[in-house]
Amino acid sequence: MSVVLSVRGLRKRFGGLVATDDVTLDVAAGEIHALIGPNGAGKSTLVNQLSGELVADAGTIHLMEEDITGLSVAERVARGLGRTFQITSLLDDMTVMQNVGMALQAHEGGNFRIWDAVQKRRSVWERAKAILRDSLLTGREAALVADLSHGEKKQLELLMAMAMAPRIMLLDEPMAGLGHLESQAMIGQLEKLKAQTAILLIEHDMEAVFALADRVSVLVYGRIIAQGSVDEIRSNPAVREAYLGAEDELC
Amino acid sequence: MTRHRILGLGLLLVLALMPVLTDLAGQPAFLSLMTRILIYGMAAASLNFVLGFGGMVSFGHAAFFGIGGYVVGFLFFHQTEGTLFLGLIPGTSQLLITLPAAVLVSGLVAALIGTLALRTGGVQFIMITLAFAQMIFFFFVSLKTYGGEDGIIIRRANELPFLNMRDKATFYWVVLAITTLFFLGLRRVVNSSFGAVLDGLRQNERRMAALGVPAFRYKLYAFVLSGMGTGLAGALMANFLRFASPDMLHWTKSGELMVMVILGGVGTLFGPFLGAGAFMVLESVLSSWSEHWPLALGLILLVVVLGTKGGLMALVSRLGGRK
Amino acid sequence: MILFVEQVLNGLQYGVMLFLLAAGLTLIFGIMGVINLAHGSLYMIGAYAGTYVAAQTGSFWLGVPAALAAAALTGFAIEALVVRRLYARDHLDQVLATFGLILTFNQSIILLFGRQPLFTQLPAGLDGSVMLLPGLPYPTYRLLMIAVGLLVAVGLYFLINRTRIGMLVRAGATNREMVRALGVDIRLLYTLVFGLGALLAGLAGFMAAPILAVQVGMGEQILLATFVVVVIGGVGSIRGAFVAGILLGLVDTLLRAFLPSLLRQVMPGSEADALGIGIASMGIYLLMAIVLLVRPKGLFGATA
Ligand SMILES: Nc1ncnc2c1ncn2[C@@H]1O[C@H](COP(=O)(O)OP(=O)(O)O)[C@@H](O)[C@H]1O
Ligand SMILES: [Mg+2]
Repeated sequence: MSVVLSVRGLRKRFGGLVATDDVTLDVAAGEIHALIGPNGAGKSTLVNQLSGELVADAGTIHLMEEDITGLSVAERVARGLGRTFQITSLLDDMTVMQNVGMALQAHEGGNFRIWDAVQKRRSVWERAKAILRDSLLTGREAALVADLSHGEKKQLELLMAMAMAPRIMLLDEPMAGLGHLESQAMIGQLEKLKAQTAILLIEHDMEAVFALADRVSVLVYGRIIAQGSVDEIRSNPAVREAYLGAEDELC
Repeated sequence: MTRHRILGLGLLLVLALMPVLTDLAGQPAFLSLMTRILIYGMAAASLNFVLGFGGMVSFGHAAFFGIGGYVVGFLFFHQTEGTLFLGLIPGTSQLLITLPAAVLVSGLVAALIGTLALRTGGVQFIMITLAFAQMIFFFFVSLKTYGGEDGIIIRRANELPFLNMRDKATFYWVVLAITTLFFLGLRRVVNSSFGAVLDGLRQNERRMAALGVPAFRYKLYAFVLSGMGTGLAGALMANFLRFASPDMLHWTKSGELMVMVILGGVGTLFGPFLGAGAFMVLESVLSSWSEHWPLALGLILLVVVLGTKGGLMALVSRLGGRK
Repeated sequence: MILFVEQVLNGLQYGVMLFLLAAGLTLIFGIMGVINLAHGSLYMIGAYAGTYVAAQTGSFWLGVPAALAAAALTGFAIEALVVRRLYARDHLDQVLATFGLILTFNQSIILLFGRQPLFTQLPAGLDGSVMLLPGLPYPTYRLLMIAVGLLVAVGLYFLINRTRIGMLVRAGATNREMVRALGVDIRLLYTLVFGLGALLAGLAGFMAAPILAVQVGMGEQILLATFVVVVIGGVGSIRGAFVAGILLGLVDTLLRAFLPSLLRQVMPGSEADALGIGIASMGIYLLMAIVLLVRPKGLFGATA
């Protein structure tokens, strides 16, 4: 299996707090690599460094063997890195269709054209329609994002990320705040996505992680304390100590 | 859509007949008020392009307005003197040359200012645009050759082939034609691929970055386009006033353009024109009523900002029974 | 050389004035996220109130409390009636509402005092000069201004770094949500900060009154320079306001004093003067452009 994303010795400090402490991990094509850890462990901080929103203090990030450590967010996206946000971040004044359309439009390019009509970009809108038709948001195309439920917004985040046809997706707690049924549906979807893109999955929901992950890394205080298959992580005493033992503190 | 089109054509017809109507009513001053409204409307709509559609609060747009005016002034000055501007460029009074020149120069300056100002955002962006406009203001004040604080008098309005631009009605019709083209062009840009991306950036820059859209160059492009539109309006204003002076770039002028935008409705296509009309009418009514009219204007502004949302455009669509 | 020292002192004096205004402005930006164009109006109101009371009573010193009180009261009124409604609004609304305030204040002043500038008489003892060096007399009053400015800077330093209020202010400037989450009465904090800013602006206005003409428009003139100070210093940073204030005061004063005569070496007199003054007026803005190229967030701005 070829490695899509390769992280080496990543570090990030916020003042006195070491939020990312010498993190090294790989995500291979066709796999879901889950990153778990208690609240405040530094998972979102890590995602933000991988996506380029935060600049790491040290370490390297490679995407398909290319060093992307110094690239901007947009440049990384152009090279096939996709993400969703833990706290959904969408275009609130637009409809569901327009949000998906924007993702496709951004991916297609040609956006400095001031003399065309965006409504007439057929390739964009036909694909947007197709994506939404096959999604859980079918029937909601004309709804404004501001009027969507939390679960629907999470869905839209995922659809927009997938519309960009990424090589790897960073999913920051896609199931947080979802009801049981919605979570089940999301698990089913991620299962299918695996064939199209590598996934770094950040998740609190243990059930989901153990159902989906091919590999698991456990992050505590910014440091990876264990890495391995689901079974290895389950039986790792350090993990039980640091993480599962404190399960009632999780949210 | 068709209803819009009928309304638009009706409005255009009334505007086109304005010289005849004001003549019949014996109110020639009203025609010159209308001319100024159209010109300021273009300036305000250009500002609204960055402000309402792009979410960039520029407090320095008077700079582009003034630069547009000064380009006309410079070219006129060198034509009458028979000298070369910077020893290179001959003067001219052909509108077909002066307008594009004004648009080009304003665009270049907007590119410079935008490149610096867009390195930051929010409150800094406001202060930086204001500061650079002020710098350009002082620049023109220091140009003694071109009148310094007093500005350049342009004895004759620029010429167009086959037209008598000294005639008030002809001048008005030319401005109206340019305004109409400007409006159609602006509408086109807003509805273009670029317009959609700009709208996305205004709503959520972080999301757009995650879609691979680097904000800076799109915002800069919008800023340049906006500066060009404002420069066009400035060039027409200099022709109308037969005068280009530092007053055109005074910082209060930037404030006035913003007031027009908010009076009409931020982020609407037609709002800035309504706002420019409301502002100019308000100004002429209030100032005929008392020399202390800015006091009333200040209070009206406070009430509008604190008390209403959406400006005149919102009022119009509410009256029209939509939303 | 003597001339140079004198101009440096003048620059220092202008610099501390800019600091007094910028300190309040930068805190209001940093803590409340509000852009307040009417800050210059508070400066003007301080100048007018102080000058008026000084002229009526014949005592310069009574002008000081009058200026401070008028500016602070106006500040509280602005905060309670207008600015408080703007905290949650976008910057555009803030700009326009406070632009409305400027128009209102300027016309009110014209209604009250007319368009003629007012002048302030300095009290005996302050209207003379001090011999700083042999051959270098310097106006006592300007020295006093520098001293007061530096004193305020030291006072602010202690207030911000050594008191509980200061701690909240510092926390608020870097992380607004944090302070809110701590359960601090954020409203009171805002009112206090705004009042403090108004007080400093009023003080600056009255201090400047004897060396400038007190007139409508004086507030906007200095406000624009103050913006440059805030941008160069970094929004929210008092230290930045101090460093940038002094820097700009010096640059502006020295350019105005020496550039025309330097240019006169290479071109005819009248043109040299016009160009020299022109470039000097643009100097602080050019400086801002350079700082922005190197440090977009200002010298002491948060780098994150
Ligand atoms: N911008 C920031 N500045 C300072 N501290 C931060 C910042 N972002 C996150 N942190 C801190 O870093 C730690 C990790 O946060 P985060 O990555 O959000 O954790 P997780 O996603 O695992 O819950 C937390 O202690 C958080 O308070
Ligand atoms: Mg998180």
